Amino acid sequence: MAYVAFADNDTHSHDPDTFISKYIWSQDHKVIAIQYGITAISAGIVALVLSLLFRLQLGFPDSFSLVQPNEYYQYVTMHGMIMVVYLLTALFLGGFGNYLIPLMCGARDMVFPYLNMLSFWFYLLSVIVLMASFFVPGGPTGAGWTLYPPQSISPGTPGVGGGIVLMILSLAIFIIAFTMGGLNYVTTVLQARARGMTLMRMPLAIWGIFVATILGLLAFPALLVAAIMMLLDRVIGTSFFMPEMLSMGDATEYGGGSPILFQHLFWFFGHPEVYIVALPAFGMVSDVLSVHARKNIFGYRMMVWAIVAIGALSFVVWAHHMYVSGMNPYFGFFFATTTLIIAVPTALKVYNWILTLWRGDIHLTVPMLFAIGFIFTFIHGGLTGLFLGNVTVDLPLSDTYFVIGHFHMVMGVSPVLVLFAAIYHWFPKITGRMFHTGLGKLHFWLTLLGAYSIYLPMHYLGILGLPRRYFAYGDTDFIPESANLMNAGITIAALLVAAAQCLFFINVIWSLMKGKKSGPNPWRAASLEWQTPDTPPKHGNWGEQLPEVHRWPYDYSVPGATQDFIPQTVPANSGDAPQNEQEVED
Amino acid sequence: MNISLLFVALGVALMVWCLLISQLQTKPWVSKGLVQEQGAVSLPAPRVGLWVFLAVITSLFGLFAVVYNMRAEFPDWRPLPDPNLLWFNTALLILGSIALQRARSVSEKPNLDGLKWSLTTGGLLTIGFLFGQLIAWRQLTGSGYAFTTNPADAFFYLLTGIHGLHLLGGLWFWARANLKVWGNVAMYSIEEVAHLRLSVQLCSVYWHYLLLIWLILFGLLLST
Repeated sequence: MAYVAFADNDTHSHDPDTFISKYIWSQDHKVIAIQYGITAISAGIVALVLSLLFRLQLGFPDSFSLVQPNEYYQYVTMHGMIMVVYLLTALFLGGFGNYLIPLMCGARDMVFPYLNMLSFWFYLLSVIVLMASFFVPGGPTGAGWTLYPPQSISPGTPGVGGGIVLMILSLAIFIIAFTMGGLNYVTTVLQARARGMTLMRMPLAIWGIFVATILGLLAFPALLVAAIMMLLDRVIGTSFFMPEMLSMGDATEYGGGSPILFQHLFWFFGHPEVYIVALPAFGMVSDVLSVHARKNIFGYRMMVWAIVAIGALSFVVWAHHMYVSGMNPYFGFFFATTTLIIAVPTALKVYNWILTLWRGDIHLTVPMLFAIGFIFTFIHGGLTGLFLGNVTVDLPLSDTYFVIGHFHMVMGVSPVLVLFAAIYHWFPKITGRMFHTGLGKLHFWLTLLGAYSIYLPMHYLGILGLPRRYFAYGDTDFIPESANLMNAGITIAALLVAAAQCLFFINVIWSLMKGKKSGPNPWRAASLEWQTPDTPPKHGNWGEQLPEVHRWPYDYSVPGATQDFIPQTVPANSGDAPQNEQEVED
Repeated sequence: MNISLLFVALGVALMVWCLLISQLQTKPWVSKGLVQEQGAVSLPAPRVGLWVFLAVITSLFGLFAVVYNMRAEFPDWRPLPDPNLLWFNTALLILGSIALQRARSVSEKPNLDGLKWSLTTGGLLTIGFLFGQLIAWRQLTGSGYAFTTNPADAFFYLLTGIHGLHLLGGLWFWARANLKVWGNVAMYSIEEVAHLRLSVQLCSVYWHYLLLIWLILFGLLLST
C-alpha cells in the first residue's frame, strides 16, 4: 500500500514547459533514457571505428599503415573500455533501465528525478573526459582495458602522460553518475510500484535491471578504490600498487606496492560487471521471447531465483581472471568451483528460454530473430566459458585469441543482440512508429552471421596459440600461413558487420520520419508499458490515474480467454479471464 | 580480510533473505487481483534511497579496509604514530552525533523549539571534527610523515580524507536543513514541516553511520 502514495506523488511535479526543460535539462525518465541511449551509442560508434582500425592492422599487417604500435594499443584499450563501461553498462541501465522501470512498474517517474538528471549529465561529462584523452599530448592510455599497474603508469606505455589520468578521472565520474542513477533504479523498484504490482509480478526485464543495479552499486566502489589509489600512485607518487622496479634502466621512486592488489580490486568489480551487462540482457530477452512466442515465460520463479543467484555468485568468482598471476592452488580450485557453479543457474535460464519457445506460437519478427540469435551466441560463449573456468585448461589458453573469441561471444555479441532486440521491440512505444521489417531482418542476418564469422575463427586461432595484444606476428614458427589468412578473413567480416550497422541507423532515421504509426500495443503484449494512455507516453506516463495491476505480465494464450493475451491491468473477474483458475491451478 | 568479506557477505545474504524469500514463494501465474505482498513497509523514498546509499559506502569503506589490511602485510609497512588529537576529534564526532539524535527527537514533537540549537550544534561539532582532522594532518606532515613517505602514511591521509569528504557531503544536506530551521518555522506548511522532519531524521541516520565508519577506521588505524 505504502508505495502507491509515492508512485502518485504529485507534490514535486516537474512539468516541463520550455524546450530546454523538456529536452535538455529534463527530469523526465523517458527523455533521460533517450539522452543516455544517444550518448552511449555515439560512444559505441567511436569504439567500433577503433576496432576496425586495429582489425585492418591485424588482418593486413603489411598493406595498411593506418596505425602504429602505440596507436594500436591505445585503440585496443579504448575499444574495450568504451564498449564494456560506456556503451553496454550505460545503455542497459541508464538507457533501458531509465525507460522501462517506471513504465513497467507503473510509476509516474523515477523517485528522484533531479538526481536522475544529474546522473545523465555526469555520465556525459565522463564520456567527454574520456574522449578528451584522444587530444592530449601522448594520446589516450594504451594499457589495455584492465589498466594493470605497474605497466599502465610507467614510462613506455602509450598515454602515460595525460591519457591514463583522464581515463581514471572519467571512470570516477562515471561511477558517481552510475551511483546516482542506481539509487534511483533500486528505490523506484522498491517504493514506486503501482497498486497490485508485487515483486513477483514484475517482468523479468525489471528483475534483471534491478539485480544488475544492486551489483553495480556494490561492485563499482571496488573500481573507485582502485582508481583513486592508482591516481595517487601516478600523480603524487605513493606506492599502493607500484613495486620497487627499474624503469629504462633507472630505479624508480616507487617501492613495495602490490600490482596483484590492483588485480583483485579490478576483478572484484570486473566480474560482477559482466553480470551488470548480462542480467538486464537476460531479463529483456525473456520478455521479448515470451511476447513473440505468445506463451508465458517458462519457469518464471526459477528465472527470478536464477537472476538473484547469479548476482550473488558473481561476487565470488573474480579470481578466475587471475589464474595466470600466480596463486595458491587451493585458491584456484575454489574459484574454478564457484565459476562452474555459476553455470548452473545460467544454464537453467537457457533451458527455460528454449522451453518458452517450445510449442509456442512463434512469430519471427525482427526482435524475436535477435532474441533467438542471442540464445545461440550465448550458449556458444557460455560453453567456452566453462573451458576457461578450469585452471588447467585456462593456463594454455590464457591471453590467446580463444579468450577474445569467448568474451566477445558472451558479453559482446550476446548483449548487443539483446540490445537490438530490445530497441526493435520497444521502438514502437518509444517513438510511436514501426520500423521497416525488411531492413531489420537484413540487419539481423548480416549481424548474426557476420559476428559468427568474426569470432568463431578466433577460437581456432587461440587453440593454435596465437597470443592477443600483438601488433603484428611477423614470421613465427608456430603460426602457419593459414592463420594469417584467417586473420584477414576476420577483418573482412568485421568490416561487413560494421557496414551492416548502417542499415540499423538508416532504419531508425527512416522509421522516425516515415514509419507507419504503431498504435499503443503493436505486439499485443501484456506488460504494463504497453497499456499507457498515450504512445509515446507523455510526461507522467499514466494520464489522470495510475494503473492497477491484477495479474502477472505473462498471460499469453490463456485457455478460455477471448484474446491471446490479457494485459496486466485487466481485473481477474472480467470476461477476458478464465474462471475457476484458482481451483484448476491449485 | 576474510572477516570483512564474510561480514559483507552476511549482510548481503540477510538483505536478500528479508527482501526475497517471502516473496519468491508466491505463484504469480495463479494469484489474481489487487494483491499486496506481505510485509510491505511504508517508508519515504528518500529514506530508502539513503539506506541504499549507505550500502554503497559500506562497500566502498569495506573494500578500503580490506586493501588496507592486505597492504599492511607487506614488509615495507612502517606504522605511523597516530596523533592524540584523533581522540579529541572522535569525541567531537560522537557529540555531534548525539546532538543530531537530540535534534531528531525534538523534531518529532509538534513544537519545533529547540530544534535549531541541537541541529546547529551537531553541524558545528562536525565542522570542528573536520578542522581537527586537518590539524592532525598538519601535525603529521610537520613531523615528517608525508603522503608519499610510506604506504601507512598514504593510507592514513586517504582514509581520513575519504571519510571527511563523506561528512562534507552530509554537511551540505545539514546546511540546507539548517537554513530552513532558522527560517520562520511557524509559517511553514504541513508538508514543509514534514519535509524538514525527514531531513533531520536522514541527517541523523547518516551521521550515526559515518560515526560508526569512523570508529571502525580509527580502530583500524590504531591497530596497525
